[in-house]
Amino acid sequence: MAEKPKHTLNPNNWVGAHSDYLFNYTITRVDNSELAKDIVQETFFSGLKAQHNFRGQASERTWLISILKRKIIDHYRKINSAKGKAEIRVNFYEDGDKKGTWLEERVPKMWDNEAEKNIENDELKSALDSCIKNLPEKYRLVFLMKNVQHYETEEICNELGITASNLWVIIHRARHQLRKCLEDNWFSK
Amino acid sequence: MSNKFFINCDEATAICNKNQYKEASFWEKLKLGIHIFICKKCRQYSKQNIILTEVCNKHLHKGEDEHKLSEKEKEVLQTEVVKRIK
Repeated sequence: MAEKPKHTLNPNNWVGAHSDYLFNYTITRVDNSELAKDIVQETFFSGLKAQHNFRGQASERTWLISILKRKIIDHYRKINSAKGKAEIRVNFYEDGDKKGTWLEERVPKMWDNEAEKNIENDELKSALDSCIKNLPEKYRLVFLMKNVQHYETEEICNELGITASNLWVIIHRARHQLRKCLEDNWFSK
Repeated sequence: MSNKFFINCDEATAICNKNQYKEASFWEKLKLGIHIFICKKCRQYSKQNIILTEVCNKHLHKGEDEHKLSEKEKEVLQTEVVKRIK
């Protein structure tokens, strides 16, 4: 005997009842409001097409979120496979005897002592923001999810469809680029 | 990561980055410690990396406002959705 559905779908009310929640959920994961809007819209469209799959066991919102999550993973896959200017400069020798040691021009320089002590400066915040803006999108998203939203590693991996070792490689590269950017724009003597 | 005690700078800085989130294992931290003891460049990196973490903690905050769609945006969205309801 089939279980009686506990919930039903009411697409006429989706926008009123769920759009803010879905939008807020999306924006903390894609960091772009236009894009978040598009993803929410696509989620509703896919939901309409998939109505017959709704079995009524989960609430309407939970069901919509499960569709939304797949959209976010799709988006991340798309930017993750995109090549181009996003590619990070290497910091270490890639082969030979010196494999894994610092390239001369990438060795951390001495930082200004005063600047190191004075990190509350508002202009440092602007420098940091613009360095983050310069990160390739796929690195920026993971970095912000970790450092601003404070998601657990496992959660980020699930939400973006990546492995923990992928995640640490991304964080590693993002932080290398940020360190260098702040060195060039702020901390160098 | 292999289980040897001596790691290169690439591996050391990777552990150092992971450690900024307190997610490096005991062995990783041990290997990092050994490497930093003998490598001045990575010692410098490690020190600066801690500053980077402090700068981020100081200046990056989760927005307190809920992100919302405007009424206009909702209207447009509502129209689009209704159009597709069969």
